[in-house]
Amino acid sequence: MKLTMASSPHNHSQKSVSKLMITVMCACIPGILTQAYFFGFGVLIQLIIAIITASLVEAAILKLRNRPILPSLSDGSAWLTAVLLAVSIPSLAPWWVIVVGIVFAIGMVKQLYGGLGFNLFNPAMGAYVLLLISFPVQMTSWMPVDHLLASPISFLDQLTIIFTQTNSTGLTLDTLRTSIDGTTMATPLDTVKTAVSQNLTVSEAMNQLQFSAYAGLGWQWVNVAYLIGGLYLLKAKVINWHIPTAFIGALALCSAIGYIADSGSQAGSLFHLLSGATMLGAFFIATDPVSACTTDKGRLIFGASIGVLVYVIRQFGGYPDAVAFAVLLLNMAVPLIDHYTQPRTYGHGASK
Amino acid sequence: MDTLLEQIENGTLWQFPGGVHPPQQKSLSNHAPIARLPLPEKLILPLKQHIGANGQLIVSKGQTVLKGQALTQPSGNWSLPIHAPTSGEITNIAAMPSAHPSALPELSIILTPDGKDTWIPLTENTHIDTLSHQALIDIIHNAGIAGMGGAGFPTYIKADSQRPVEFLVINGVECEPYITADDMLMREHADQIVKGIEVMQQLLTPELILIGIEDNKPHAISAMQQACQHNKKILVKAIPTLYPSGGEKQLIRVLTSKEVPSGGIPADIGVLVQNVGTLFAVSEAVFAGKPLIERVVTVTGNTIKRPQNVWALIGTEIKHLLDSQGFEPVDAQRVVMGGPMMGFTLPSVRIPVVKTTNCILAPDNTELAEPGEEKACIRCSACADVCPQTLLPQQLQWFAKGKEYDKLEDYNLFDCIECGACSYVCPSEIPLVQYYRVAKAEIREQKIEQVNAERAKVRFEARKARLEQEQAERKNRHTRSPSRAAKPAAEKAKVADALSRVAKKQGEQSAVQAAIERAKAKKMADGSLEPDNSEVVLERAKRKEQARNYKAQKQTAEVNSNDNKSAVAAAVARAKAKKAAKVSETNDAGDAPVNPPAHAVATEKETATEEDPRKAAVAAAIARAKAKKAAKVSETNDTGDAPVNPPAHAVATEEEAATEEDPRKAAVAAAIARAKAKKAAKASETNDAGEGLANPPAHAVATEEETATEQDPRKAAVAAAIARAKAKKAAKASETNDASEAPVNPPAHAVATEEEAATEEDPRKAAVAAAIARAKAKKAAKLAQANEAEVNNTDSQPIRGTIEPPIDSIDAEQPATEVDPRKAAIAAAIARAKAKKKAKEQEGNDPS
Repeated sequence: MKLTMASSPHNHSQKSVSKLMITVMCACIPGILTQAYFFGFGVLIQLIIAIITASLVEAAILKLRNRPILPSLSDGSAWLTAVLLAVSIPSLAPWWVIVVGIVFAIGMVKQLYGGLGFNLFNPAMGAYVLLLISFPVQMTSWMPVDHLLASPISFLDQLTIIFTQTNSTGLTLDTLRTSIDGTTMATPLDTVKTAVSQNLTVSEAMNQLQFSAYAGLGWQWVNVAYLIGGLYLLKAKVINWHIPTAFIGALALCSAIGYIADSGSQAGSLFHLLSGATMLGAFFIATDPVSACTTDKGRLIFGASIGVLVYVIRQFGGYPDAVAFAVLLLNMAVPLIDHYTQPRTYGHGASK
Repeated sequence: MDTLLEQIENGTLWQFPGGVHPPQQKSLSNHAPIARLPLPEKLILPLKQHIGANGQLIVSKGQTVLKGQALTQPSGNWSLPIHAPTSGEITNIAAMPSAHPSALPELSIILTPDGKDTWIPLTENTHIDTLSHQALIDIIHNAGIAGMGGAGFPTYIKADSQRPVEFLVINGVECEPYITADDMLMREHADQIVKGIEVMQQLLTPELILIGIEDNKPHAISAMQQACQHNKKILVKAIPTLYPSGGEKQLIRVLTSKEVPSGGIPADIGVLVQNVGTLFAVSEAVFAGKPLIERVVTVTGNTIKRPQNVWALIGTEIKHLLDSQGFEPVDAQRVVMGGPMMGFTLPSVRIPVVKTTNCILAPDNTELAEPGEEKACIRCSACADVCPQTLLPQQLQWFAKGKEYDKLEDYNLFDCIECGACSYVCPSEIPLVQYYRVAKAEIREQKIEQVNAERAKVRFEARKARLEQEQAERKNRHTRSPSRAAKPAAEKAKVADALSRVAKKQGEQSAVQAAIERAKAKKMADGSLEPDNSEVVLERAKRKEQARNYKAQKQTAEVNSNDNKSAVAAAVARAKAKKAAKVSETNDAGDAPVNPPAHAVATEKETATEEDPRKAAVAAAIARAKAKKAAKVSETNDTGDAPVNPPAHAVATEEEAATEEDPRKAAVAAAIARAKAKKAAKASETNDAGEGLANPPAHAVATEEETATEQDPRKAAVAAAIARAKAKKAAKASETNDASEAPVNPPAHAVATEEEAATEEDPRKAAVAAAIARAKAKKAAKLAQANEAEVNNTDSQPIRGTIEPPIDSIDAEQPATEVDPRKAAIAAAIARAKAKKKAKEQEGNDPS
């Protein structure tokens, strides 16, 4: 009788990369829905464009590299990159913004480094930074919360704006962003930053319309939704607690110290935690396994460093948000951190 | 804070990092009792079923044996016997596929049962306290018991541990899914297991005995608790179910909080682990007198109709087990020996059950999915999270793929226990364990190659240096002859006269030496210390003639004084060479000692051969002594380092001083030195002492010869003889390996040197000496066992030593003498080859 030979172990947990990726994408759903609720369906349109582009780019480059297309495509990593980039850019940004971003993310940041597992940088964040620097206007044109708009925009309007930059009645994005009181609104983080630079206090800045009790109206709920998704990932053991906890802890600590030192020009911890991309970054972006640290100690250092950098850049840097920069900077430090944070192997030291 | 012992007694358990929870699948096979199988048609009994040496066959083909009869007897270290599992006839003894992942053929006894199952008479014991320690060890040894948990380590070795055992850990964890053999054994035979534990208790006297059982076996736990109620030193510990808590290191950690140091064994921390199955076998052997001939095997998997545990005779083919339990194979059927995590697939069902076989798993393709295709690592570190050894499997995998062996060792690859937890959780289905196995094998192989390469390098460099020196020697000779010619004729004549006298004397002297050397070599060959009278007679005759040349020699003493400086240089060079040899790794024990002398001798030759063959002899003697010493030093620790060098210098200094000043005083000094050396030699008894003293006599010889020959050849001869005898004694006292090496070379050198000297002056005597030398060399050659092929090895300095001097003085020679040196050289080469071989063997025997 012919028997099949195999090397041990003969059992497998049935975990797979594609299951992991799908779980992460599922965990994004509450955040995406909240975003859609507060800021319009533009984000869903961006998502669809992103996923289609990502599939095409990934397939094309795999073909160029003479690699099997289907196994790599079906692992879902390209789609996750697409999702993360789509939720990071303004929902009504022109279609070519997301296309350029995805081509760069998949083509350059991921595949040119050797594909999944070999990329040094987080593809979504690499692309985000490229877009932010190349197209600052488009990348900062965030919509105010729907009900603050002078004239609410329909789904069809959003679609045409994304593809033609004007709606059915010929209004441009800039006009549409004008709110009830006739002013153009920046994001809460931007608003606070500008206010402080104009010698206003944070509390004065936060008296404006787009703020609610703790942080930006809408934004705080988006962050809460991503936090929920992140907790699910922890529960499902897709990610480890080290990076999100260290990230959030360091950011909270830094902003708390800043607030105590100068409450006039510094927003508190809650504001920082519930603004911008904090929760998305902490649970979905910094935890990208490929570009993050791999040792437990290393992950704590990695997460905490991102938290500190986010605070520093938000508070003292030129950009309103900082998750992308902080993550990319720490990506570079990963090999070093990993090297110096090897755990103690059983039987080495200690008990000798 | 409680002490560790109190903490353990209070029920504290510790945790090891990582671990996984694969589906247990134990309920498949743990409902039915352990079944008895019908006798198989044949039994295949591999001679080697454990870690260690084979037993020696004591039965032959066609012989009829009884159940329990020993088929092999232990021989050598860690050797265990095997026994006939039933009565019957030995139908064949041949190599059969083994129960090993490689299934490489292993010599096996094939037994055809006669169906009667007749036991040999058994010696039962009821009270073990009346048995001595050794008696118990012998029973366990002769019953052929090896660790039945998987490793197959001979149990009698562990039971005879010389180190104090604080905790005896009994492994009833059985953390692998599917397997229930230990579980069922504990349920059904808890009493016997506890008896086995008590045998171990008597042997090892541990402070506490801890039985570790996973909490998924409540029946086994209660059975064991009941069975050991009477013994307060035994604690049954239910530990959390977590794979691989049954790993030795992990179980020790869980039960005692201790960690086995990397590369160490549990005994290093006062712990000893025994499997419950092993202890059952111990109890059977000690109380019932039954050797290990059967064991419990779990036959399970979805393709088995009646999965359960069975008593399988050692040697039963897997096919018999499967068929008895109803086996319905599926496509791409896998049959695993062992569990799903660490077991290995069998290439055939015709492989026998051995002492370490605990499970036969025949899964279908849904319960244990076939491995999927390996995908890219996403560095998720799920592997690191589950690693019970806190390794970084993901990093190791990158390094293994990149063949970065240094990095792999930096990341502690060799601490991997190959439990498979990392592969189990890997979402990319990377066969991590397989990568580690390959990498480990490659690293081991590479290390062996490295050692060989290092050896070759040293050899090559020695050869290169030798060739360069040869070149330089030749050059020196050519450049010096014109300067000699330029001297005034009168002075030239005078010098020539003096030189001829010296040469004459030297001829005598070296002839004496040759005689002594011959005697020595002979004695070495005979292995006896009795003096040879014929040699002595010859010596006496020589001495008389030497006395006549005494005066002439005195005058020429100054001629040589200039050369002393070069002798000093040579000594320094030699010391350096020696040091270098020592620095070279201890692995090269056999190698290093062979080479350095090459340098040393080469250096000496350069300076010495041109003018003073005696010096060459002296230098050679020193070099030899040093070689010997180096060999010893490299074998042992470097404790002898410091004292080795100074003598070399000292000799040089003495030579200088002695020759320039009053020869008589020097002679006195030499005599004192000799006396001292003698005393020291006598005082030395241990090997170490012998080593330390191996040098001084050699130096003494050097010093004496230098000073004494100029003044009193007789004294010198006597001194030399004594010194040499001493050196020999020291050599013999030291380990036999060294003895074989060192004494073989020196005569060769000596012969070479002597001939050189002898041929110049007294062809006849030289011829005689050479003839004797040849005879001896021949003898040495005969002793060298068919290893002439190795003659082409590079270190053959004597060829130089002997061939060149004749060129120097070619006009004075007879054709016959020219031939002799060559023969001697060949003999010397053979002798060296032999020495080298010895060195190699010695190295091969080295357990490291």
